[in-house]
Amino acid sequence: MSIKVLAEKCIACEVCIPACPYGAISIEGEVAVIGDECTLCGSCVEVCATEAIMIIDEREAKGDLSSYRGVWIFAEQRRGQVSSVAYELLGEGRKLADKLGQPLAAVLLGNNVQEAAQQLIYYGADEVYLADDPVLEDFHDDSYAQVLTELINEYKPNIVLTGATAIGRSFIPKVAVKLHTGLTADCTQLEINPESKLLEQTRPAFGGNIMATILCPYNRPQMATVRHKVMKQAVCDKSRKGKIITKEIDAGKLTLRTRLIELVEEITDTVNLTEADIIVSGGRGLGKPENFKLIEDLAKVLGGAVGASRPTVDAGWIPYSHQVGQTGKTVCPKLYIACGISGAIQHLAGMQSSDVIVAINTDPEAPIFNVATYGIVGDLFDIVPALTQRFKEVLG
Amino acid sequence: MKIIVCIKQVPATTQVKINPETNTLVREGVESIINPYDAYAIEEGVRLRERCGGTVTVLTMGPPQAETALREAISLGADEAVLLSDRAFAGSDTWATSYTLAQGIKKIGDFDLIVCGKQAIDGDTAQVGPGIAEFLDIPFVAYIRKIEEIDDSLLRVERLMDEGYEVIESKLPALITVVKEINEPRLPSLRGKLNAKKAEITSWNLKDLGVTEDSVGLPASPTKVVKIFTPPPRGSGETLTGSTPEIVDKLVAQLKQDRVV
Repeated sequence: MSIKVLAEKCIACEVCIPACPYGAISIEGEVAVIGDECTLCGSCVEVCATEAIMIIDEREAKGDLSSYRGVWIFAEQRRGQVSSVAYELLGEGRKLADKLGQPLAAVLLGNNVQEAAQQLIYYGADEVYLADDPVLEDFHDDSYAQVLTELINEYKPNIVLTGATAIGRSFIPKVAVKLHTGLTADCTQLEINPESKLLEQTRPAFGGNIMATILCPYNRPQMATVRHKVMKQAVCDKSRKGKIITKEIDAGKLTLRTRLIELVEEITDTVNLTEADIIVSGGRGLGKPENFKLIEDLAKVLGGAVGASRPTVDAGWIPYSHQVGQTGKTVCPKLYIACGISGAIQHLAGMQSSDVIVAINTDPEAPIFNVATYGIVGDLFDIVPALTQRFKEVLG
Repeated sequence: MKIIVCIKQVPATTQVKINPETNTLVREGVESIINPYDAYAIEEGVRLRERCGGTVTVLTMGPPQAETALREAISLGADEAVLLSDRAFAGSDTWATSYTLAQGIKKIGDFDLIVCGKQAIDGDTAQVGPGIAEFLDIPFVAYIRKIEEIDDSLLRVERLMDEGYEVIESKLPALITVVKEINEPRLPSLRGKLNAKKAEITSWNLKDLGVTEDSVGLPASPTKVVKIFTPPPRGSGETLTGSTPEIVDKLVAQLKQDRVV
């Protein structure tokens, strides 16, 4: 694959220069020249009025891609409990499978998880590939990657989706490398192209400042991790029937190079940021660590989690596990309430895809108001306790 | 102990702006920095060397300008630096990047531990670390917030998970990716700055790595970016005004109407 500028067609109009998201184009001697930063994204091809820029793709599919069929979702579980992200994947996977006219399957690895397998059928899986063995009780990159890779090699699915969770993002890249196929991280939108039938995987990059649509044209399966809380959960239907296909595990054959010594749960009712539908976050505007109490009170009334901006974490007001933003967590709740947070671009990167954003800040120029659904220019020390009180009355 | 730290040079995204007319990222004059997560990886590597002895080698793949990031890593305490640079590496996705870095590591030779940042702030994929581990066939543990113990053959770490943390033991050699909580990176020392200035940066191209052209860069990348666009603006929000009780009433009514509470 390569990019070419046809010198005889190029009129050095420079329209391609600002169109390049990577700043790779310059004009040298009245002709556009494409530098090493080019990723062949095609932005310049689209804007070029004289059709002087061409992308040449000589790659070809390896093997018979049509033998790969079915949409698979990895059903993450912790201590036998299927994570809610698996139901979101089933919801999204069902749409994709129907568009392709192919079956939807779930892959479940764990120990004593037969009941959970049945549950996945209720939520839309036509088939469940079940690997049930004590060796799979705890998550380990080595064992999970090996078992999933074996299943994929054996049954050849067309698409494999995983939650973009701590577990999913840890072991799936190893599976993609083993299979020599593409993997797109943290997708927020998935579509089947009506003509090519390829999976169009759209994801945020540069902290959400740009979106990129990515294809995996020549390798199978097409693999993606999917951001938690973006896709709609499938609906449970206890009359649904499906097939459970059991994968025998020979524990002796698995390479296991890590060992779980201890799991320390830190989730109090106010920390579980990735699962929360509502997050109340505090920033420097709180003035001092004790004032996080105001944030906690509001979060508690709403049944939400407590988030924090980077400066408050760096100052030691609150643990790192609460940090939302570029070097913290990316969250996508239904409601995000930012209190005393100015909205530095790094913070916005972690929360701007929330459904509804409420911003409370004394500075009307604060960038947080640019992404806020509802902006309140005012003193959080008045507004937040009043809001807590009011929700107490309303929500009982 | 031989430690390798993989880093990436990224645009300092705080300064990335979108040109409202062309809807593209304004990259002119955007400064390049060491990926923030990688700064924690460098610091952890240097701390381990201070604890156990040995060397810290920083490794990156990128255009010749990426040398700046490697010199900065030396100013922060790294001993040696290797740059993998070749036109043939351009357009690498995470598969091809992991492969190329793994080849660089094989050429460096002996190592006990590879440390990477959790993810880069431009691509945000978090896929290169595990990818390298897979290519090298060594154990991998992500999101490390603390190295509890390390000796010649065993590592005990705390891995940050969604619901808490796990204490994990791993055989060595291994690859770990680190999160911000692991340490507070130091500032470059005067001596470090001098070292950085005079350091010889090893640079390897395709031929040096002894791999074929179609095993790296775009030809080896299974994924293809077909479109880049600015996310639709969130739409202008509504400013709620009035006395505190009025504002609170309005907000609660709106949130109920939006069915988010």
